Amino acid sequence: MSQELVLNAHNLKQHYEVKQGFLKPDATVKAVDGVSFTLEKGKTLAVVGESGCGKSTLGRMLTMIETPTDGQLNFLGEDLLALSKEQQKELRQKIQIIFQNPYGSLNPRKKIGSILEEPLVINTNLSKSERKAKAMEMMSKVGLKPEHYDRYPHMFSGGQRQRIAIARGLMLDPEVIVADEPVSALDVSVQAQVLNLMMDLQQEFGLSYVFISHDLSVVEHIADEVMVMYLGKVVEHGTCEEVFTNPKHPYTQALLSSTPQLSSDKRRQRIKLKGELPSPLNPPSGCAFHGRCQYANDRCRTEGPVLRTTDEAHLIACHAVEENRLTEVSGAA
Amino acid sequence: MSLLSVNGLSVKFRQRHQDLVALHDVSFSLDRGERIAIVGESGAGKSVLGYALVNLLMKPGFIDAGSVQFDGRELTKLSPKQWQGIRGKKIAMIFQDPMVTLNPVLTIGAQMIEAIRSHTRIAYKDARKLAIEKLAHVRISAPSQRFDQYPHELSGGMRQRVIIAIALLLNPEIIIADEPTTALDVTIQAEILQLLKQICADNGVALILITHDFGVVSRIAERTFVMYAGRIVEQGPTLEIINDPQHPYTQGLLNALPQMALPGQRLNQIKGNMPPLNDQPSGCAFHPRCPYAEERCRQNPPGFVYSGVSTVACYVVEDMLSEFSQHDGDDSYE
Repeated sequence: MSQELVLNAHNLKQHYEVKQGFLKPDATVKAVDGVSFTLEKGKTLAVVGESGCGKSTLGRMLTMIETPTDGQLNFLGEDLLALSKEQQKELRQKIQIIFQNPYGSLNPRKKIGSILEEPLVINTNLSKSERKAKAMEMMSKVGLKPEHYDRYPHMFSGGQRQRIAIARGLMLDPEVIVADEPVSALDVSVQAQVLNLMMDLQQEFGLSYVFISHDLSVVEHIADEVMVMYLGKVVEHGTCEEVFTNPKHPYTQALLSSTPQLSSDKRRQRIKLKGELPSPLNPPSGCAFHGRCQYANDRCRTEGPVLRTTDEAHLIACHAVEENRLTEVSGAA
Repeated sequence: MSLLSVNGLSVKFRQRHQDLVALHDVSFSLDRGERIAIVGESGAGKSVLGYALVNLLMKPGFIDAGSVQFDGRELTKLSPKQWQGIRGKKIAMIFQDPMVTLNPVLTIGAQMIEAIRSHTRIAYKDARKLAIEKLAHVRISAPSQRFDQYPHELSGGMRQRVIIAIALLLNPEIIIADEPTTALDVTIQAEILQLLKQICADNGVALILITHDFGVVSRIAERTFVMYAGRIVEQGPTLEIINDPQHPYTQGLLNALPQMALPGQRLNQIKGNMPPLNDQPSGCAFHPRCPYAEERCRQNPPGFVYSGVSTVACYVVEDMLSEFSQHDGDDSYE
């Protein structure tokens, strides 16, 4: 492989035990159920899906905010889960996260300067002046002015706050940034500013992004690879171009067709999905998507599909695709 | 005569030292059964406009000037008592977050009955029948069971359907929908939009859709009004505005969408931010962010001109038009 592998996740799982009542047995919610991927240096992997599909849980596992209940997570060749607490702390610095809501993720009682320097205070031995110099440098990189150093978060607009959050994420020179819906709370014109900034920073620092989003038009623009999740499982995974021009999984097709398009010539025939995302407490048997899928047959209802390669490194978990049943039904419908 | 006509509507927020102007001289009209969209970013005043139309402005806010006429009746002068016969009955509202709009401690049915019986004298049995009918109308499965359920038992998309059903209970003539699908997933969003559009068409209800999302607008609205800093800056047929935006702000907004740039390339951003209410620029409010701004843009706000595509408030467009008409001699672009 020509490119350096930064992150390598294998069969990651996050299962939660949920109490249902005094006498009832505990139920298991499989928030993330066996997700594998690799991320190369300087690349962007987008994770898309509807709310409740497990994409944010995945992000929290990658940054070690939550420890996976099963699976392997390799960062630059080291198995993160097998390391001691101390070693983990070292490596965690290199994987940072940016959250959706810049109003909630910045401490309102701290000045921008101390928000930015806090990671350095905790993780490094830099002197006060060195820390300030580093914070100032990062502020100019993300397009903030030096006088902003002594201001409080409430004095900034949403877009500027997201710049602050990005600057804080970059303070420890990370390799990987997990961005959990970083532009969903922003207006269109500001969204463009922040996305441009993220692309510039990726070039400058050689960052790898795990970009979690429900907005497919943003994903199409920024991602190299796309992973579509449904109820904790990956249903389709491929290069951005492949997934957007040639979506195979019925769920991906439905998602893409639902995204509002401006020009009517780009608009796809909308595929209607029956029903809504099933409860993760009581997932359907077989393929989790079968209840909403127009191609479902008996095999889909009983046997869960596994991710299979079709062509050109395009992975799909679907019996109908495998058996080539897709076209006939849509032709008849 | 149009169903709703708004003329020179200005809304201010009273502050200790000065009044902040949230809406400047907004005028538009809405015909029976027509679907229009008010588009803008946060702070553009689009929600304030929605609230002002149904007299729901909160305390420091007040209507300073202008008129709102509904079916020939002046709304701004109505007493609270008179409003009860209009709001909810003739003009219904749908808000963004279905979790907040529904009362969590009352069943869906109780809330629907309350809405019906506060406007009309009708027996409980008949009200119940009507409510279940409306639930079925918005394609909720098993409506008579849903009637007895609480909001938390329904998903987000279902809840928004219930809200639409409540809005429809009294056969309104206008529905004002403020970001009705922003809190929903894309697949659900597409369904709800389709439903709204169809319901309006079936029942001849006019729709005012307030949104920030041009993708949503293009699906549902016939005419579009683009707002910036409390003013309408461009208005016209939706398709025309999306395909050939005239105002620099509309152009910037549409160009900033990720679809408008090649994957991996820089997006076309608009520099700066929407100005806050207490720091509005002089002249055209967009001039600090406008690539074409000139001296006179800083001095006086521009008036509306018809560009042949849409109606625009911009000096640059105005100049281009007069240049064209000079070149073409008598050919009028009006």
